[in-house]
Amino acid sequence: MSVKTLKINGVDIAIEEGATVLQAARQAGVPIPTLCHLDGVHDVGACRLCLVEVSGTRKLLPACVTEVAEGMEVQTNTPKLQEYRRMTVELLFSEGNHVCSVCVANGNCELQDVAIQVGMDHSRFTYRFPDRAVDISHPQFGIDHNRCILCTRCVRVCDEIEGAHVWDVAQRGAACYIVSGLNQPWGEVDACTSCGKCVDACPTGAIFRKGSTTGEKERDRAKLDFLVTAREKHEWTR
Amino acid sequence: MAQTIVIDPITRIEGHAKISVYLNDAGTVDEARFHVVEYRGFEKFCEGRPFTEMAGITARICGICPVSHLLAAAKTGDKILAVKIPPAAAKLRRLMNLGQITQSHALSFFHLSSPDFLLGWDSDPAKRNVFGLIESDPDLARAGIRLRQFGQTVIELLGARKIHAAWTVPGGVRSPLSEEGRQWIRDRLPESFATTQLALDLFKRLIDTQLQAEVNVFGAFPSLFMGLVGKDGAWEHYDGHLRFKDSQGNIIADHLSEDDYADFLAEAVEPWSYLKFPYYKPMGYPAGIYRVGPLARLNVCDRIGTPAADRELQEFRDRSGGMATSSFLYHYARLIEILACLEHIQQLIDDPDIVSDRVRAIAGVNSLEGIGVSEAPRGTLFHHYKVDENGLIQKVNLIIATGHNNLAMNQTITQIAKEYVKGTEIAEGMLNRVEAGIRCYDPCLSCSTHAAGQMPLRIEIVAADGTVMREIRRD
Repeated sequence: MSVKTLKINGVDIAIEEGATVLQAARQAGVPIPTLCHLDGVHDVGACRLCLVEVSGTRKLLPACVTEVAEGMEVQTNTPKLQEYRRMTVELLFSEGNHVCSVCVANGNCELQDVAIQVGMDHSRFTYRFPDRAVDISHPQFGIDHNRCILCTRCVRVCDEIEGAHVWDVAQRGAACYIVSGLNQPWGEVDACTSCGKCVDACPTGAIFRKGSTTGEKERDRAKLDFLVTAREKHEWTR
Repeated sequence: MAQTIVIDPITRIEGHAKISVYLNDAGTVDEARFHVVEYRGFEKFCEGRPFTEMAGITARICGICPVSHLLAAAKTGDKILAVKIPPAAAKLRRLMNLGQITQSHALSFFHLSSPDFLLGWDSDPAKRNVFGLIESDPDLARAGIRLRQFGQTVIELLGARKIHAAWTVPGGVRSPLSEEGRQWIRDRLPESFATTQLALDLFKRLIDTQLQAEVNVFGAFPSLFMGLVGKDGAWEHYDGHLRFKDSQGNIIADHLSEDDYADFLAEAVEPWSYLKFPYYKPMGYPAGIYRVGPLARLNVCDRIGTPAADRELQEFRDRSGGMATSSFLYHYARLIEILACLEHIQQLIDDPDIVSDRVRAIAGVNSLEGIGVSEAPRGTLFHHYKVDENGLIQKVNLIIATGHNNLAMNQTITQIAKEYVKGTEIAEGMLNRVEAGIRCYDPCLSCSTHAAGQMPLRIEIVAADGTVMREIRRD
């Protein structure tokens, strides 16, 4: 396999062909915030937090789905990117109903973490306060659409790791929401194996263990890594 | 000409409110009204949420007494799960409530009310606050602040934070007390006892001397009293049953269960306040006026059940001829309750259960309706939820302690205004007394903690035709 060389923030980096800019940056220890990216499942470039500047193009490119190229020069933290990232997070907050103080994921939430990371102290956008539902028809888990940022990690983890494909996205644009089965209550979806991978994958408090109270959500991300390694490398180590 | 005097906002209370004093043509007080001017909407926006989140959400109603909501919500959750929680969990919840009553009462007495007693009703309003107290009596102020800190730290040791500790859950609590926490409480108890005794001796001295008149004017009227009592009739703050007593000390109703609250309590609405007016249903509105909180709890119980507090209770009853019917004695009752809390804390921390790990019962939705009750520092608090088969909230009714006292608060300020507000020259100190009538009840009008600092006070004297005759400003 051939190797590509590129510069990220002026630092020379070599990485195998086919890798993404995000992988190259992580390998080089350059932090890029992400929300929809999840190790072990394919990337969709949904959250736009990992946007980077690449010389030669005026477009900002999502690092998670941009392949490295020979001689590429990437900037990951320019003032322009900082402004866009903050705006992206503000839009996420104003789009849903994110009330950290009473959320099951308070203190253990990736949306909260990136808000701190990008320096968001308030949203400049008007909150939409959409009318969204909570589904706790499943015996073990619940989904609160108010807290969903449509990263689709649950869709991918259920499809690609568990193989059940319980989750999908319905509607378009601002009306999009996550559905279970054929838009049925989660508890009525036969395909669900109750494995809980979607709970572990969800970056916010949208999918949670039933009965969880404020700040009580825990995730076992290592389980997802373990399963991917077991499947791809036939190594069963944690 | 008929006039209205408006006190807006009222200072040194928890939340926002204003008072209108209505003067008649002769210039004397007709009536005073206490308006709660905030609208919170908790009962409405909780609809659709999982019932397990209710403790976390409703605790946000208040920054001073979030523990009351944590307890009432968790107890309502227990009913929906239809479980008996582990004994350790019940004891731990009790411990947290005792910590809370201690801190809230200390805040009410030392930070909010004592400046009136110690610096004087008519003293400079710029200094008539906790900072003025620190200046004039730093030792007492420090002791009071440290007593509140003790109560707050009990809450923190259990729930990991002082305010809004999301620690009680339907079925129990999240974690036990640590050995270190137990030791800390043990070490700080002697100082807390000493401060409470100091405040008790001080207050008794004051009502024997310069505050004698206030006892007869600040809400001295007959009413019913409601509170929880234990199985044996002893003072209770977490469990037990509800009892009503009248001003003569007769038990009007006993062994009432919170589950039947709608049979004996009803709520009236007045167009001039967002705070409802609960009343004792069998006697109708407004004759069914009752009071809750420290004064009511001491009036309805047979005894407290701990030696020092029982001694103080006996003296309290001897001084007031059995039943204490003056709302000014809320302050006195609050101090006795701190003593009771400290003694109960002392007993609880020696209980081996308090560090047990068996603190949470797990169950699903087994009942579609639940009613929980607890004694908040200011009085009896009810939570009532209806859920669907999955546990999503369909309906919420919260009867907050301050609401129970609404009729009594209005009657109190009318009594005070009639006594002190006379003529067109209204001195600031007169209006401070009217405000202090509200402070007796230590009302908790919202989550706001306007515990310290200066809020502007606006008083308007408005003629019957609406023209502002005079405006007094305290910026």
